[in-house]
Amino acid sequence: MRKRLVFILSVFLTLTIALGGCSGRKTGDSSKIVVGIPQDLEDSLDPHKATAAGTREVLFNVFEGLLKPDENGNLIPAVAKEYEVTDDGLTYKFMLRDGVKFHNGNPVTAEDVKYSIEKSAGMTGEESLIAAFSNIKEVNVVSDAEVDVVLNETDVDFPAYIASVNASVIPKDNATPDTTPIGTGPYKYISRSPQENIIMESFDDYWGNKASIKNLEFKIENGDSMLMDLKGGTIDLTMHISATQIKQIGDDFDVHEGSMNLVQALYLNNKIKPFDDARVRQAMCYAIDKQAILDLAFEGHGSPIGSSMFPSFGKYYMPELENKYPHDEAKAKELLKEAGYADGFSMTITVPSNYTPHVDTAQVLVEQLKTVGINASINQVEWNTWLSDVYTGRNYESTVIGVDASSLTADALLGRFYSSADNNFINYSNEEYDRLYEESRKTLDDNRRTELIKQMETLLSEDAANVYIQDMAEFVPINKKFEGYTFYPLYVQDISRIKYKD
Amino acid sequence: MKVRFKENRRLYIGLIITGLMLILAITGKFFTPYDPNAMDSANKLAGISAKHIMGCDNFGRDIFSRILAGLDTTMVVAVGTVLIGVTFGTVIGALTGYYGGRPDEIMMRFNDAVLAFPSLLLALVIISIMGSGKMNVTIALGILFIPGYARIVRGEFLKCRNLDYVQSARLMGASYLRIMFVHILPNTIPVLLSTVAIGFNNAVLAEAGMSFLGIGVQPPDSSLGRMLSESQSYLFLRPGYALCTGSVIALLIFGFAMLNEGLEKHA
Repeated sequence: MRKRLVFILSVFLTLTIALGGCSGRKTGDSSKIVVGIPQDLEDSLDPHKATAAGTREVLFNVFEGLLKPDENGNLIPAVAKEYEVTDDGLTYKFMLRDGVKFHNGNPVTAEDVKYSIEKSAGMTGEESLIAAFSNIKEVNVVSDAEVDVVLNETDVDFPAYIASVNASVIPKDNATPDTTPIGTGPYKYISRSPQENIIMESFDDYWGNKASIKNLEFKIENGDSMLMDLKGGTIDLTMHISATQIKQIGDDFDVHEGSMNLVQALYLNNKIKPFDDARVRQAMCYAIDKQAILDLAFEGHGSPIGSSMFPSFGKYYMPELENKYPHDEAKAKELLKEAGYADGFSMTITVPSNYTPHVDTAQVLVEQLKTVGINASINQVEWNTWLSDVYTGRNYESTVIGVDASSLTADALLGRFYSSADNNFINYSNEEYDRLYEESRKTLDDNRRTELIKQMETLLSEDAANVYIQDMAEFVPINKKFEGYTFYPLYVQDISRIKYKD
Repeated sequence: MKVRFKENRRLYIGLIITGLMLILAITGKFFTPYDPNAMDSANKLAGISAKHIMGCDNFGRDIFSRILAGLDTTMVVAVGTVLIGVTFGTVIGALTGYYGGRPDEIMMRFNDAVLAFPSLLLALVIISIMGSGKMNVTIALGILFIPGYARIVRGEFLKCRNLDYVQSARLMGASYLRIMFVHILPNTIPVLLSTVAIGFNNAVLAEAGMSFLGIGVQPPDSSLGRMLSESQSYLFLRPGYALCTGSVIALLIFGFAMLNEGLEKHA
């Protein structure tokens, strides 16, 4: 009897193992994809409060604005089916699309749209993440299907801001947008467990192309163990892994290479000594060797940059700034001497510990700065500490981070260096820059505007506001079961377009 | 204290390994084949060769040099931790064990409370208050080690305080401090010594663990834990990196463990 039981059990076991391998392609409700992300969504699940690029890239799947960006950098209609601008350029008339529903099943009304724009513009008393929205004079509900936004001054970038995740349409009656996000996007939010994951499910009533994969999990994974989990099969897709890690990934993955659309730099707190002296900042630019950083920490991948603009912004990008400060130790020492730091100085680089590429960059920087007598030490901090101390609190000396563009505008990158901007975390202050910025905000003529933007870029570079490094190369390994990964010119992930291979 | 090799093999093995590690660590302080932080893109993840006997890491830094430097860091943290733990632990244990009564009760309940938390978690809390770095890690771990030692020393003092020699000392009019630290303390040394060896063990592991989590020693400085953490990313590309670092940690722990067992037997 006992022998028989053992036999039956072992047959079952063998079959389970053997047939388990055949399960392969899943469809319908059991379809699932796990996406590895390097940090938790600690700022907020409310899209109007999402400050971190890493939060926006996740929330992009849940929320949409009246317009949204596509993969080529164009703005396409989303909750609005079309819009018109009056001849004076001051009133934007948005016609709402029929039958757009929130994840809770309620239809999107003109009132919800008005509420969302006013909330994201800070008109309801909350803080606004889009500085340009202070230009909104009023939001009018014209009819059930039309909302007009009236501006104080003309702004050619306005539609691009409307398409930002920070201006998403959310329901007016949701009392707790921080913890129970409700949007109109292709995926609906199910749950979040801190430091572990965020669970989403495809939204059946989505107005556009519905997501192909039903279950979506964003798994929070420390930089180093991401690779292990990829190889172990617990993660199907991840975005920000290093060139060295890609080499070890094995044959189970397709690897796409793109660019992260970030401005990675050693950001300096321009308010504190010795970084308040432009000569010191310039010396640091001369001291570092961008190509060596790419070779040492990024296997030679990535594109060096020289100002707060990345190559995907073809119209505004200035390749000639890349080599503004060629690696030149003698020159660096000379400048330091002029500034009164002939013997160098000590400084601290604060880096979020979860971003291995930034920590690696900081390690190379320490070695390079040492050659001109600058004694840098690294202080690794948790991501939320970084957000509160460095980004919000501005209580730091220098940091290595990548700054993304939250909307498809030059302003998203350059606006933060306006001396009184809320997000000017480097405390940059330059009257000339402020003047250029103010003028660019008022200029309607596109050529003149582009010219002004280029002048701002040049100024940032000449003034060495920061030690600019690179736009990092992005490697996206995706399990061979799936296809359809799409790069955007913004720091977002569109999971809805991923599907199982046939 | 003459011990023959045959009688106590473990003690000797432990002494030899620990001694060797100590010599390496001291060497690492003054001399390493290469600058442990010097990067070289030509040698990224280079394999084992005559020039680099353990190969190079992802920045082209010589792994052997980094292990020497890291060993030094790790040892300093371990010694500092145990020193803090033993010093304060002994004083607290001696006072509470000898006097007993209500202060003893209060101290020991406080001890229990500290011991009830996972030590790494407590260390994390202390670090998040004080900030990271070599010094703070040593202090944080040292504080965590105090209750363990206090408890052991207290036990010994409880046992000894009513023994005849203590009674006689008391009758002779010796001061309390003299009785505690001149008469009783030497009798607790065998027990204390073996726990110190375990303490080193735990301190090395705790430092490795904390640096592994990114809150201990800050890059680019090396420590064995940090190196193990960094090597994790290149496990499939250069398994030698993790293996070399891991083996040194294992050997160090093995040495302390042997020393501990040897001392216990001897005691």
